[in-house]
Amino acid sequence: MAPAPTSTYSSITLSVNGDKHTLTVDHRTTLLDALRERLDLTGTKKGCDQGQCGACTVLLDGRRTVACLQLAVAAEGRAITTIEGLAEGEQLHPAQQAFLDLDGYQCGYCTPGQICSAVAMIEEHAAGWPSAVTDDVRPEAGPPPLTADEIRERMSGNLCRCGAYVSIVQAVARAAAVRAETTATAHTTHTTMTTQTQGAA
Amino acid sequence: MKEFGYQRVFDVSGALALLDADPDARFLGGGTNLVDLMKAGVERPARLVDVRELPLDRIEPTADGGLRIGATVTNSDLAAHPEVRRRYPALAQAVLAGASGQLRNMATVGGNLLQRTRCGYFTDVTRPCNKRTPGSGCPAVEGEHRNHAILGASGHCVAVHPSDMAVALTAFDAVVSYETTDGPGALPLSEFYLPVGGTPHLETALPQGALITGVTLPPAPIAAVSRYRKVRERASYAFAIGSVAAALDVRDGVIQDARLAFGAVASRPWRARSAERTLTGARADGETFAAAADAELAAAKPLPHNGYKVTLMRNLVVAVLTELSEEAAR
Repeated sequence: MAPAPTSTYSSITLSVNGDKHTLTVDHRTTLLDALRERLDLTGTKKGCDQGQCGACTVLLDGRRTVACLQLAVAAEGRAITTIEGLAEGEQLHPAQQAFLDLDGYQCGYCTPGQICSAVAMIEEHAAGWPSAVTDDVRPEAGPPPLTADEIRERMSGNLCRCGAYVSIVQAVARAAAVRAETTATAHTTHTTMTTQTQGAA
Repeated sequence: MKEFGYQRVFDVSGALALLDADPDARFLGGGTNLVDLMKAGVERPARLVDVRELPLDRIEPTADGGLRIGATVTNSDLAAHPEVRRRYPALAQAVLAGASGQLRNMATVGGNLLQRTRCGYFTDVTRPCNKRTPGSGCPAVEGEHRNHAILGASGHCVAVHPSDMAVALTAFDAVVSYETTDGPGALPLSEFYLPVGGTPHLETALPQGALITGVTLPPAPIAAVSRYRKVRERASYAFAIGSVAAALDVRDGVIQDARLAFGAVASRPWRARSAERTLTGARADGETFAAAADAELAAAKPLPHNGYKVTLMRNLVVAVLTELSEEAAR
């Protein structure tokens, strides 16, 4: 049977930073090119364009992904978050603030990818995921502390040709610490409220 | 890149029908290898059938105490799964040793098994390559082959299989399940990858148009004490130049049972059965470990520039087995 003729382009709706965008794409279009060339979201950078440098890292359904190997048409229906979507109004994301405060960059080209990667990596670690440098991966061993070695391994998909790695590791550690404090505070507040509710009952 | 059609499928029969109707169609999983090869012009599909939303994304215990891993489970979810980490720690370690956090989030188990070699001649369409263009020749035999095969290669192709995950799966006797329009089938991983011989372009025993649906790990109490160790040219985010997946069952200083597989030394994950035979019943000491490595590597046929791999693998086997025997003694 001869294959049915097939269209080489599609009309798709992408959900980016909470906004829906409908566009017609040639199937060859990567998510990276769609973001930069079609939606004018140029924060996501094109480095190697072959999945080796991490400059184009964005979040798909909260998970870090390289946009250069992700076809735009295959990203339909997923929640895409780019560097432009991390801040809340004028309030920078703690990871963005940490990179600024600790000089986690030199030229800045890899920085959006580094920050998106770090944000998702911190969540992966908080969920208890081991890494290639984790001594004992068995769940009984508990989650590994987020040491500098762990950060370097978990961030190895993001290259920095300026070599700003020393401050990048510090910035990621700071961002993780802020997240842990925020979670602890939220937990304390929650506990207090629960106690009060129980007291009232 | 050549233009192509795209369809997303939500059930296995729909996926099979689309591939059956179009021999130039390919299944798209995470795309980390296929999209890259399409950019390079190595793969030129007429149509992509996106299988990522097939209901094959679960890891479930089997009745006999093994695990069944769905084909669209991501590498990240596989490595993070508590039962994988508890029962087959070397498998979690192998997956974590591969690629980067971003790529592991995208890559699927089925796609990982079917990924192609990173031989520089295969990925460069301006060069001959028997795997890409049968009969065109293999420049690697006399060219750049520092990271090529020392075991099981032929004069037609000396490329190595790049997967870390598949090495651990091979050590633990995993079985690949697939579906075709004629019904389901299964292949032990030891038979899944074909020997190179004179047909390096034929890489697996999967029937034409088949869809991998999952991988089943049989129960293996021995795997609870297992390790994967990978040597590469930088500390992270690089393909192996040699790797070992191993499990050891030691009682009273004597090896009761052993599992050993090598990566980055052959066109497929290399189950080291000669080494396993040497280990079983012998004392768990450095002399035995070296003898086991030598038994396997006796068949090695290094090329002019990759002889270092024989030494590297010998040392790696001894190191990993030593670590495991110390762990077993604790």
